[in-house]
Amino acid sequence: MKLNRFGSAAAVLSVAALALTACGSDNPTAAAGSESASSSAASGVTGTLTGIGASSQNSAMEAWITGFKAENADANVQYSPDGSGAGREAFLAGGAQFAGSDAYLKPEEAEKAKEVCGPEGAFNIPAYVSPIAIAFNLEGVEEINMDAATIAKVFKKEITKWNDEAIASQNPDVELPDTAITVVHRNDESGTTENFVEYLKAAAGDVWDYDVSGDWPSDIQSENAKGTSGVVSTTTSTDGAITYADFSAVGKLSTVNVKVGEEYTKISAEAAAKALETATPVKDAAENDLALDLERDTTEAGTYPIVLVSYHIFCSSYKDQATVDLVKAFGNYVISDAGQKTAQDSAGNAPISAAISEKAAKSIDGITVAK
Amino acid sequence: MSVMTSNKHSATPTPPSRKRNSLSKGKLPRWAVPATAAGAIIIGAALSTLTGFSVATFAIYSAVLFVIAATVLTSAVEGKRQGRNAMWTYLIYGSFLLALIPLASVLYTVLEKGLPGMSSHFLFTSMNGVTGAVDNQTVADGTPVLGGAYHALMGTLLITLWATVISVPVGMLTAIYLVEYGKNGPLSKAITFFVDVMTGIPSIVAGLFAAAFFGLILGPNARMGIVAAVALSVLMIPTVVRSTEEMLKIVPNELREAAYALGVRRWRTILKVVIPTAISGIASGVTLAIARVIGETAPILVTAGIASQINTNVFANWMSTLPTFIYYQILTPTSPTNIDPSVQRAWAAALLLILMVMALNLGARLIASLFAPKKGR
Amino acid sequence: MTTNALKSKSSTSGQAGDKIFSGTALAAGVLILVTLFAVAIFLLIQALPTFVADPADISGGEGFFAYIWPIVIGTVIAAAIALLIATPVGIGVALFISHFAPRKVAGPLGYVIDLLAAIPSVIYGAWGYMVLAPALVPIFEWLAANLGFIPIFAGPASQTGKTMFTAGIVLAVMVLPIITSLSREIFLQTPKLHEEAALALGATRWEMIAMAVIPFARPGIISAVMLGLGRALGETMAVALVLSTGNLIPSLIKSGNQTIAAEIALNFPEAFGLRLAELIAAGLVLFMITLIVNMIARGIIARHKEFSGAN
Repeated sequence: MKLNRFGSAAAVLSVAALALTACGSDNPTAAAGSESASSSAASGVTGTLTGIGASSQNSAMEAWITGFKAENADANVQYSPDGSGAGREAFLAGGAQFAGSDAYLKPEEAEKAKEVCGPEGAFNIPAYVSPIAIAFNLEGVEEINMDAATIAKVFKKEITKWNDEAIASQNPDVELPDTAITVVHRNDESGTTENFVEYLKAAAGDVWDYDVSGDWPSDIQSENAKGTSGVVSTTTSTDGAITYADFSAVGKLSTVNVKVGEEYTKISAEAAAKALETATPVKDAAENDLALDLERDTTEAGTYPIVLVSYHIFCSSYKDQATVDLVKAFGNYVISDAGQKTAQDSAGNAPISAAISEKAAKSIDGITVAK
Repeated sequence: MSVMTSNKHSATPTPPSRKRNSLSKGKLPRWAVPATAAGAIIIGAALSTLTGFSVATFAIYSAVLFVIAATVLTSAVEGKRQGRNAMWTYLIYGSFLLALIPLASVLYTVLEKGLPGMSSHFLFTSMNGVTGAVDNQTVADGTPVLGGAYHALMGTLLITLWATVISVPVGMLTAIYLVEYGKNGPLSKAITFFVDVMTGIPSIVAGLFAAAFFGLILGPNARMGIVAAVALSVLMIPTVVRSTEEMLKIVPNELREAAYALGVRRWRTILKVVIPTAISGIASGVTLAIARVIGETAPILVTAGIASQINTNVFANWMSTLPTFIYYQILTPTSPTNIDPSVQRAWAAALLLILMVMALNLGARLIASLFAPKKGR
Repeated sequence: MTTNALKSKSSTSGQAGDKIFSGTALAAGVLILVTLFAVAIFLLIQALPTFVADPADISGGEGFFAYIWPIVIGTVIAAAIALLIATPVGIGVALFISHFAPRKVAGPLGYVIDLLAAIPSVIYGAWGYMVLAPALVPIFEWLAANLGFIPIFAGPASQTGKTMFTAGIVLAVMVLPIITSLSREIFLQTPKLHEEAALALGATRWEMIAMAVIPFARPGIISAVMLGLGRALGETMAVALVLSTGNLIPSLIKSGNQTIAAEIALNFPEAFGLRLAELIAAGLVLFMITLIVNMIARGIIARHKEFSGAN
């Protein structure tokens, strides 16, 4: 009896849901009648491509998907920003056709990839480059110069005041207040933390004696927050706070100029892109694999070494032609000038260089149908 | 304290000038409580000024002073028992006021931040094609924010509906078994125990479990609405069982026995007598259970993925729900450089979610009142 | 009730109905057991690598126990703060709605409270770090200055207010509606006769509540608190957003401490291999904590069974 009533309530709800379905629009940006996109489906690529991975490239990914769908109306790409680890895990289990990851496949993972991808395994393509800013909130101070050792000491809480001699000596022109430094770090495991501490370890190894990992060293007890938006908002609301975050997200915060070689480099997309050029390919990598080891302790002027490179991980072979076409089309779009430009407009990241783009295109074109 | 007691004591004995009838004798005059309150507020203000004024200390001091003074006053005039009655009454009123502060603050925050984003555009469009560039453009031009939560609203409605359809019958039947049939047998003890254990499943584990379970059946890439509904059911069932069980237990045995005495079958007794008596509580419990899962983020993500376009089929393709929408709009804004549009969408979606639950709640109450027997209260 | 004296056509069909109904009820119960069994198997399989791995490979490098116990304590602290605040206040609010507030006010109030249970935890988390944490900073400073000799209030107080104490309060606000909503329903079910008898004997309102309502409702209240506890223990996002996490420290007003659920939520996205197994094992531990707490609660309820109508 009662269950019937619940049933009828459910029925009413579902009818209401159906009724609502009729009035939803899937085209929120249609102000100027830009329906023309659907006519350009000449590419002949169809199907749905599934990717899982890093949340760092989520904003760029939304732009890529939108741009890609405008060119290929019959194709769809879905991307779930579960996290790099979850993405690689799902990719290796066959749950996604590609993964987005802040770190390239580790050797044991590359080995495992052969199970799902065939004997050629998988390969990494750098797709998203984002400089990591050291951002601070200090009233009246716009820019500060620091060398790697000073940065490491500040984040290790060995330097506790903004007018400490170590900072003041590098900033003769800046009037530094006697404010305490509040270090804010990520409390979730993240690629941003990993790249930042990797820089500290490489450039100031004698000060920074912790292991490199995506977790902040638990010996340093300080304020923290979840996610890039969390550390930025905590820093913005606390005078004297300093943190590290993706450059595109730092908002009104001031940034630290990092000493590279003899000069202090101001953070910029160009300086970050330069870091990618000085990077070396990972040892023993397959020919089509573009995984990079960044040279964090570079001395080349004008390079900004604290950079996050997020990869797209593809299989060398997929089971049918349709999937191969789809993966190739999407992979090529992402690394193309148009794709990188779209992402930059949306996410504020740095573009990959032409040289890398060329190599990546070659690797992607090498994807085949599994035998 | 003692000073105050004696003060009040001397101030309040029945004034000789005024005649009072025997009924109100030994009772506090009407003005006594407001007067005590006023006194407590003044002294509280003074005390908190001494220790550096802040609204919090002011309120705490005043409240504590008032409860003590009013209690002492009442016990002095009306007797110890009335004094205790007064103390507990004020404490209960106080706890209510205390609870209102954070709850009102949360509601206010959601309303304040959510209302500006509420528009028909927001309600009836999806996020399909809205990128950071679009957001940057709207911020630069100062035009209204584009993109809405329609797809997430649909996802929430459908996934929650399916979760409810799965878990309410299972949960209620289990509770009925426990209370009406199990009679403390080993099986019923085991079920009770393991239902308790189920309340401790972290939500992400439920999500992973559902994903793994469907992965075994349908292959590794099995994310869709129904998987999420199953994950939510795992979280929902214990709440439904537990609250239904409690409500069924307090249905007086006399009612059951009366029905049996009239020759009514057990199952009809349960359906016609026991459940209608407890229905208001059950409905409340089911609403709570829905409320517990409707805001879940993590299990949805690993089971239903995330989508920016409308999908009303729970058996195919990815879906967004309002919580995943809110979560990702806050944590990975569509445009990292201009987060305001994303934040606005997130709060508007939060408001929408609350409104939705409100409607659900109203529905549950309606059902309950349709079935509930007429009561004295 | 099982006399065969009256055997009519309708009662034979009723008998079939009885069998079907009790059978379905039994099946539902068994389904729950099977599901839980499956979840347990799943958890054990996924967590297994943690227990067989070399202790040096576990986060922290000192084995699983050293990794897990600080966050177990943290979880217990957070839940304890939440319940210490929410239980008395929640019951007070429930009593207010059921026995003190005028009827016209009581209905809508109950409704609003139910509603608050539905606000997603992300929102509570956002509210916690945007509104509550800054508001608590002066109080923490006062506590550190005046009660700093007590270890749990040892200073210096956090400058952002993102502490265990704040997280506990946020959790309290989150579980309050659960406790209130269920207790209220139970209070309303107190037999009218008991209440009126107490009042007729000259009891004050409080005495009536203490003698008639509370004893009747005690098992229900415990159940309500346990459900609240379940949410407090398993809550992830609110804690993850509000707490400045860190190592286990006694002070509640400094940044530090961590809970199991938040640990899982914060690290799960980037976890793989052994780390993933560790987090699942942490989930298993959370499971067991809930189990123990629930066993204790069931024990208490069992001792007060005489008040329950169905037994």
